[in-house]
Amino acid sequence: MSEAPFSLWVYLSQSPLLWLTVTLLVYAAADAVSLATHRHPLANPVLHSLWIIGAFLLVTRTSYTTYFEGAQFVHFLLGPATVALAVPLYENRKLVVASILPMLIALVVGSATAIVSVVWLAEAAGLPHGVVLSLAPKSVTAGVAMGIAEQLGADPSLTAVSVVLTGIMGAIVVTPLMNRAGITDFRARGFAAGIAAHGIGTARAFQVDAVAGVFSGIAMSLNALVTSFLVPLAVTFLIR
Amino acid sequence: MIASLSLILLCQLIGEAFVRGLGLPMPGPVIGLLVLLLLLLARDRFPSLARGPLQGDGVEGASRGLLAVLSLLFVPAGVGVVQKLHLLAEHGVALLLILAASVVVTLLATVGTFLLASRLMTRKGAP
Repeated sequence: MSEAPFSLWVYLSQSPLLWLTVTLLVYAAADAVSLATHRHPLANPVLHSLWIIGAFLLVTRTSYTTYFEGAQFVHFLLGPATVALAVPLYENRKLVVASILPMLIALVVGSATAIVSVVWLAEAAGLPHGVVLSLAPKSVTAGVAMGIAEQLGADPSLTAVSVVLTGIMGAIVVTPLMNRAGITDFRARGFAAGIAAHGIGTARAFQVDAVAGVFSGIAMSLNALVTSFLVPLAVTFLIR
Repeated sequence: MIASLSLILLCQLIGEAFVRGLGLPMPGPVIGLLVLLLLLLARDRFPSLARGPLQGDGVEGASRGLLAVLSLLFVPAGVGVVQKLHLLAEHGVALLLILAASVVVTLLATVGTFLLASRLMTRKGAP
């Protein structure tokens, strides 16, 4: 009698259907809570989805590989979503063209700050060499950062984790930080969110203000380009 | 809807082929973004392009739909943290503090540079 539910679980836990459903359900619940709290920064839907799903995997002793077989359908959409950023960019093209120069200067400064600060701090804290390398590209979107880590011979899965953690922290901290600093220019606020916290920062920026979302999306795309060039350079000069 | 999604995928495909073909160190979807942007701009110049997904709210609607769920898309990669628990147990506090400090410094440096540059520009532009 007790065999039947167990074999059903064995069957379902190996199928992509279960893990895709879990991913969507948990996110939908986390997003509903975020909406109910009027998008409070600490109710970040990614943060709460991560620990709930993570705990679920640990309790059911499910491997990440099995989970990812279902979740990969969601993960895949990161690419098309990057292409889709063309639309808000197109719709706000006049505003973007008008602020092209501040954007480019802030891009170079922000991108370099993101890399240099994390490499210096990690070296100062005495983290192992492999960990420092894996942290260096943490401010760009997951797919790109993992590619950079691979080129460097670092650990792409550690990079992916540091990318998502960075994104969540950026998304949580950006609104209170900018409000406290008295910054009301939503172009600048959004741009900073996209440089520091890539897609998760951009998702947060779209929640706060449409213009901030557009500038964050542009920042995230441009940063993907610049960081691919800067990280190998920084690694050569900063890491002994 | 299907045509609009196909167009988005097609742009990404062109981007990936371009990047891999030339061995460029940048992500394919970013080139895909440029391709879609050029298509939208070309549609304004040549009205004959406004058909299929480039007509009405086709590709625009599909893109807004995707961007509305952008944060969901990071969940699968983020759950990978369960594979790194031993590392977090060992260096977790240092790791979190370093990432937090770096994100705050980056946010402030970027926003400060943006505002400074835009103020300098408007001052120069004003008579």
